[in-house]
Amino acid sequence: MQRYYLERTLQAVVTVVSVMSLAFFLLRLMPGNPADAYRAELIQNNPQMSQAEIDHRVEQKLNVLPDAPLHEQYLNYVTGLLSGDLGESINEGVPVSEIIAEALPWTIFTMSIALLLSFVIGISLGAVMAYKEGSYFDNGFSVTSILFNSIPNYIVGILLIWFLGYRFKLFPTGGRYSTEMDPTLGLLEPIQTVAFLGDALWHAALLILSYTFVAAGGWALRMRGNSIQVLGEDYLRVARLRGLSERRIATRYVGRNAVLPLYTALLIAIGFALGGSVILEQVFTYPGVGYYMIEGLEARDYPLMMGVFLVMTIAVVLGVYVADLTYGLIDPRAQTRGGEH
Amino acid sequence: MSERTESLHGIDDGEAFEAVSDATMSRQERYRRLFDRWILAPGRIIWDDLRARIGASIILLYVLVGLFGPKLYKTPRVNQGPRSVAPLSEGLTYPLGTDNLGRDILAQLIHATPSMLQMITAGGLFVTIMGVAVGTTAGYAGGRTDRVLSLITDIVMTIPGLPLIVILAALLAPQNPIVTGLILTVNVWAGLAREIRSQVLSISRHSYVEASKAMGLSTPTIIVKDILPNIMPYVLITFVNAARQVIFASIGLYFLGVLPYDSVVNWGVMIDQAVSGGAMHVMSMAHWLIAPLATITLLSFGLILFSQGTDRMFNPRVRARHSTTTGSDDEPTDDDAAATTGGVVR
Repeated sequence: MQRYYLERTLQAVVTVVSVMSLAFFLLRLMPGNPADAYRAELIQNNPQMSQAEIDHRVEQKLNVLPDAPLHEQYLNYVTGLLSGDLGESINEGVPVSEIIAEALPWTIFTMSIALLLSFVIGISLGAVMAYKEGSYFDNGFSVTSILFNSIPNYIVGILLIWFLGYRFKLFPTGGRYSTEMDPTLGLLEPIQTVAFLGDALWHAALLILSYTFVAAGGWALRMRGNSIQVLGEDYLRVARLRGLSERRIATRYVGRNAVLPLYTALLIAIGFALGGSVILEQVFTYPGVGYYMIEGLEARDYPLMMGVFLVMTIAVVLGVYVADLTYGLIDPRAQTRGGEH
Repeated sequence: MSERTESLHGIDDGEAFEAVSDATMSRQERYRRLFDRWILAPGRIIWDDLRARIGASIILLYVLVGLFGPKLYKTPRVNQGPRSVAPLSEGLTYPLGTDNLGRDILAQLIHATPSMLQMITAGGLFVTIMGVAVGTTAGYAGGRTDRVLSLITDIVMTIPGLPLIVILAALLAPQNPIVTGLILTVNVWAGLAREIRSQVLSISRHSYVEASKAMGLSTPTIIVKDILPNIMPYVLITFVNAARQVIFASIGLYFLGVLPYDSVVNWGVMIDQAVSGGAMHVMSMAHWLIAPLATITLLSFGLILFSQGTDRMFNPRVRARHSTTTGSDDEPTDDDAAATTGGVVR
C-alpha cells in the first residue's frame, strides 16, 4: 500500500515536471519560438538598448536566458516555475502569478458551483431513472440527457446569453459583478456580503447553467448505468429477504454503491474544470483564468498563456492525485486491489 | 490461374486472392471471416438499431454534402445577394438567407463541410492508430515497456486538452485542415490507449491466446489475429468520440478566433461573425446564428446516436445473432452473406 502511495506521488511529480518541460520546449525550441521572437522585437524597437539589458528583459518576462547553454536555460526555467515565478505578462507588465491569483478565485467560484450542481442533479436524476427503468420518465430523460450531452457547453451558453441575456434581459451579459457594487466579503458586514455574493452569482448564473446543463446529462447517464448494474446484484435480494426497508436499500445499498465509482470521475472533473472554462468564459466575457488565457493569446502574450496553462495542468494533476490516494479510503472494495493499475 | 481471365477489370480485391488461391485456400477463408467479423456483423447490428441507423444516416448526409455539396452549390461570396435576407423570403434563391455581407448562408455551411470532414478524419485516424499501437504494445508486451508507455499515457491524459490545443494552435497557426485535426486530438489518444491496454490484458489471459503462444506464433501475429478483432468495437466508438472532440474543439477555437481561416469560413467562424455582427440583438438576423448552431448540433447528435447504437457490439449475444456467415461455411449461406462475400468467393 505504501508503495502505491509512493508511486502515485512520484508520478504526479513526474507529470508536473514533464509539462513544465513541454512548456519550455514550446517557448524555446520551436522554430520561430516566442523567446526568440520577443527578443527580436525588443532589439528592433529599442536599438539603443544594450545586449545585456535585452537579455535581462527576456529573462524577466519569459524566464528564459537566451544566451545561456540550453541545459542551463532549462534548469533556470523549471526552478523558476517551481518557486512560483511564472514570468511577467508582456502586455500588462505585472507578474503572471498576480494576474492568475486575481482571476483564479472567480473561475473556482463559478466552476465549483457548476460542478456541484451538475453532479447533484445528475446523480439524483440517474438514480430515479434507473429505478424506473423502461418507463416514460426514464426514456424521456435518457433522450434529454443524451441530447444535452451532445451539445458543446459553449453553444448552450450562446443560446442562454442570446435569449436570457439580450432578448429578455433577465441576466447580465458579462463581467463579474455590477459596477455600482462594492466587493465586500466579511463577517462584519453580513448584509453587504450577501448582496455582493448574490450579485456575483447573478452575473455568473448563465455560465454556471450552461456548464450544468451539459454536464448533468453526462452524470445522469453514468449514474443510471451504475445503478442498473447494482440493482441486478444478488446482495440486494439478500437485503430484501432480511426485511430491510426499501428506503434503506435505496440509499445504503444501491445509492452508495452506484455513486462511489463516480467519486474518482468527480475529482478528475474538478481538475479539468479549470481547463473547460476557456471557451465559456470568453462567451460570457467573464474574467477568470480561461478568459485571460485567450486574452494572452490574442496579444501574443506567451508568459500569460503558459502560466495559465501550467496552473490548469497542476489542477488536473492534483485532482487525479487526490482521487488516487483517497479512493481506497472511501471505497473499501478498492483497497484490496489498490496496488494494481 | 484460369480465374485471371474471368476478372476483366483485374484491379479489384480478387487479384490478391487469385495469386494464392490454389496453395492456401484457408487464407481466403480467413479474409472472409475477418470481413464478416469486422464489417458485416457490425454493419448489420448498426442497421438493426434505430438509434444507430438514425446516427449513421445523419453522418452519411454530412459526408455526402462534404463530398458533393461544394460542386453542386454556389460558392459563398460577399455581395452575392442582398444583405440580411431572411430564410426563404426570396423563394429558393437563398434558402437559409444571407448574412450582413450578403453571403449565402447555406453556401457557407456547405463549403465549410469538406475541411471539417478532413479535420475529423485526420483526428479520428490519428487517435485510433496511436491508441491501438500504444495500447496493444503496452498491454501485450508488459514489463518495462508497459510501465514506460503507461506512464507516458497517464501524463498525456493529465494535460488539459483545450488549453494545450490553444497554445499549439497559436504557435503553429495551422492552415491545413489535416494538420489542424492532428493538433486538436494531440492528447485524445491516451484515453483509448489506456482502455485498449486493459482490454488486451484481459484478452491475453484467454486460453486461445495462450494456445497461439504455445504454437509459437509471433507476437505481431497474435496481436493482429487474436487480439485486435476483440477490440474493434472500442476502436470504432473511440473514432466517433474523437470526431466529436474535433468538432467541439475546432468550432470552439474558430469561434474564439484562435485558428486562422481564409475566405471559406468555418462553422465556428460563422458563429463568431454572427455574434459580433449583432445577430443576438436583432431578431431578423437570428437565422445567421441559428444555422451554424443547428448544423453543429445535428452532426454531434448523429455521432452520439451512432456511438450509442454501436455500444451493442460489445454484447457478444447480439454479435452472435448477426454474424451468421462465419462458421456456416460448409453449408450454403443465405443470400445476404453470399452477396456481401461475393467479391471473394471462388
